[in-house]
Amino acid sequence: MTPLLDVRDLIVEFPTRHGVLRALDHISFSIAQGEILGVVGESGAGKSLTGAAIVGLLTPPGRIGGGSIHLDGERIDNLPAEPLRRIRGRRIGMIFQDPLTTLNPLLRIGRQLTETMRTHLDLTEVAARERAAEWLERVGIPDPRRRLDAWPHEFSGGQRQRVVIALALCAEPELVIADEPTTALDVSVQAQIITLLKTLTRESGVSVMLVTHDMGVIAETADRVAVMYAGRIAEIGPVAQVIRHPAHPYTDGLMGSIPTVEHRAERLRQIDGSMPRLDAIPSGCAFHQRCGFAFDRCSDEQPGLMEAGATRAACWLRAPEAAHG
Amino acid sequence: MNSPALNPIAASLRDFLHGDLVHNFRTSPVAVVSAVVALILILGGMLAPWIAPHDPTDLASLSLLDSFKPPWPSEGSDWFNPLGTDSQGRDVLSAIMYGTRVSLIVGFWSVIISVLLGILAGLTAGYLGGMADTILMRVADVQLTFPAILTALMINGIVAAALPRSMREDVQLPVIIVSIGISLWPGIARTVRGSALVERNKEYVLAARVIGVPAWRIMLSHVLPNVIGPVSVLATLGLGGAILTEATLSFLGVGLSPSRPTLGTLIRYGNDFLFSGQWWVVIFPGLALVLMVLSINLLGDWLRDALNPRLR
Amino acid sequence: MADAPILEFNGITHEFDVSLPPLQRLLAGEQRRYLRAVNDVTFSITAGTTLSLVGESGCGKSTIARLCVGLHTPKRGEIRFEGMTLAEARKLGRVRRQMNMIFQDPYASLNPRWRVSDIIAEPIKRFALEKNASSVRRRVELLLSQVGLAPSDGDKFPHEFSGGQRQRVSIARALSSEPVFLVCDEPTSALDVSVQAQILNLMRDLQRRLGLTYLFISHNLAVVRHMSDRLGVMYLGRIVELGEAETIFRRPLHPYTRLLLDAIPDLDHIGRARTPVGGDVPSPIAPPPGCAFHPRCPLANDRCRVEAPALLDADGTQVACHAVAEGRA
Repeated sequence: MTPLLDVRDLIVEFPTRHGVLRALDHISFSIAQGEILGVVGESGAGKSLTGAAIVGLLTPPGRIGGGSIHLDGERIDNLPAEPLRRIRGRRIGMIFQDPLTTLNPLLRIGRQLTETMRTHLDLTEVAARERAAEWLERVGIPDPRRRLDAWPHEFSGGQRQRVVIALALCAEPELVIADEPTTALDVSVQAQIITLLKTLTRESGVSVMLVTHDMGVIAETADRVAVMYAGRIAEIGPVAQVIRHPAHPYTDGLMGSIPTVEHRAERLRQIDGSMPRLDAIPSGCAFHQRCGFAFDRCSDEQPGLMEAGATRAACWLRAPEAAHG
Repeated sequence: MNSPALNPIAASLRDFLHGDLVHNFRTSPVAVVSAVVALILILGGMLAPWIAPHDPTDLASLSLLDSFKPPWPSEGSDWFNPLGTDSQGRDVLSAIMYGTRVSLIVGFWSVIISVLLGILAGLTAGYLGGMADTILMRVADVQLTFPAILTALMINGIVAAALPRSMREDVQLPVIIVSIGISLWPGIARTVRGSALVERNKEYVLAARVIGVPAWRIMLSHVLPNVIGPVSVLATLGLGGAILTEATLSFLGVGLSPSRPTLGTLIRYGNDFLFSGQWWVVIFPGLALVLMVLSINLLGDWLRDALNPRLR
Repeated sequence: MADAPILEFNGITHEFDVSLPPLQRLLAGEQRRYLRAVNDVTFSITAGTTLSLVGESGCGKSTIARLCVGLHTPKRGEIRFEGMTLAEARKLGRVRRQMNMIFQDPYASLNPRWRVSDIIAEPIKRFALEKNASSVRRRVELLLSQVGLAPSDGDKFPHEFSGGQRQRVSIARALSSEPVFLVCDEPTSALDVSVQAQILNLMRDLQRRLGLTYLFISHNLAVVRHMSDRLGVMYLGRIVELGEAETIFRRPLHPYTRLLLDAIPDLDHIGRARTPVGGDVPSPIAPPPGCAFHPRCPLANDRCRVEAPALLDADGTQVACHAVAEGRA
């Protein structure tokens, strides 16, 4: 079955006066219909950039330097501005981190919802308003009909994010890209929003690309996860496998460094050093300088994703002809 | 690799020359052209006593026979006075150079005064807040209701009336400088206050407070280095404004005395002859004034955009 | 083993004046408005241990951190350090040297115009701990290596470092006055997970080696579990549960503590389906009457809506909950 989103060898570049910096280097992944893919990584790994590239919202001078993006079989990365804009919002919905800047503070909530729906769907004003009220109810806003006329600042942070979710889903997109949707929220509210997102998308069969740095959120929400490092995908696979049996040394170190609320560790696993900056990415495997298992090939050749048990990892340790375990 | 014994000052200089600001400058045609024009005018002005072809203040060297010579290459001109002469035989080029020098001296020192006053007031108001803030900002508000020229006129008038005639000429220059400086401080104070308000809540200031560093020390050593950026832009733009204000005062006849030519007085006296055919007496000084203020303002604009982190 | 508490908070209450400016107040006919950030908080910390305060936004934990180091003066109540009140200790000039703070934001906590060595040296110079410039420099280099940085890093400016490295500089600065007590206000919240692990390990090592006491503020319960000996859970300015960290994690008593522990997305809860408790954290300007948690509490009864519960002992842990006190929980 054709995956809903198919990204192949995506390259995103930034020309600077020091040369062309590669922010994303041969990113390849796919999202199936109705699947939730988590994209996790630390700051600078390129996860937000991936989402931006897919919807054509790269800030100049950033540009796509190669590869392809297909949405349900059609190529979208090389579309001109206007068709791309129509896809954004209609077929791909976006949820950003800060609801305060996503919602227009000068428009009532109902108006923002109806405007979005009428832009992308063929509805009368009355029908759109009716649907807007239904959406508010689905996302758990009490007294939805009256709240249609409320302003964004009259809602709490958690409620605003619920409205943003409604806004992203009301045009009935096929894919939703959520970039750190819960990071700005309190812990107790975070849980509600995650559950809401999961329920609504499962109900409607919408696929989700969930971008976050919080591995706990991914563990609870996603089906598969892609772990990014320095603009590349280090490992990708089913969530349970990546967390419990990671094949890439970086993933392994990452999982070990996260404290869990279940028990107190004696010492957290520590990866020395830090993620390289864009202008200082090492040759070959970007992680080799911090890796306890690196050997000659790691500094010479950049590994692509290869089969490693239940997941795929970009690591020479997993190469079929490798003698190391 | 780098020698560890590299002088830190030399290292800072080298970093600066290779840094973003200089690169921005080199790739901006407006900045480079403005800088070159400004440099020519500044050098011509400051070095006037040494390189000007004539001395327009030396009344003895003037001769009415030389009056109203047109600029080269018109009929009746010569290389001796390339831009012509005025009604009294003064060489226009030299007068412009001396005039520019006065303008620059007035402009420079009044900006210095306004920057010192503005930083002091702005830091105190922004960091300490409370009563100090209220009082200082209300004073600034009151002052801002008066246009710079009016302030300068008032101060000038008061001092001229208060002093005996013999002293008036001596104090004229400092009085003009101080009055223009006073008219400019509120703008700088406002900007510094705004930045100080932002910085005082930052954790590095809190860290200093935690170990008990006194407020004045925090203001000077921690906050001041971080609020001074916009001041450089304001100072540059203020220089252009100060020069214009001085020229305006001279044009109105309430600036420096006519024996010391400034661009304003040149324009004033030359104005009378504009339509009788001796256009060069007013046009060249006017042009010099416009070029100088324009180039300084363009440099100030470039600096503001170059320092703006969001545009980078 | 020193059992005397090194820090005590007794009945601390602190408010912020959030009234409108005088003219607007007059026109609107309003009284002055106060935000009670900290409400009757009492706890103590034993030397050499870590007490964590955990809670969501508006719970008052950051205000407590600032009260501790003297950035605010409490409206009511008393803070004692090493047995003396803070005011007395400050007069002796001791507390500023012995207590220091690590801040959350690695970008704003270092002066961008100062070199790292000057930043770290500031407390040393302030308290005249070294005699001349070269001994100051040696001490700075020692501190830099203690936190895992190179001595040559002292000549650099903060913007040349990553977030984690900046936090190390902050720690070095906090240690340079040879303190015995450190207030840590969300020191790793702005850091990536792998960097956080480095910093937390470093902080625990330093505590062991130097015998430091930590007041550790955080919203992240997993981090808190890793770092704390004792734990205080805060909600809207009050402590609702206080006791041994491991005990509370294994057997949380207060409904809010249970909600928090349940709500955290965690690596070990893969694919968990849950029905989380609803409601948002109320604004601290207009807290609910009685027990501030009652609108979201599954165990709330009439008494909870009217009467704020006191911190009472429940098997070694202190809990402020009527349901627990009445045996309903």
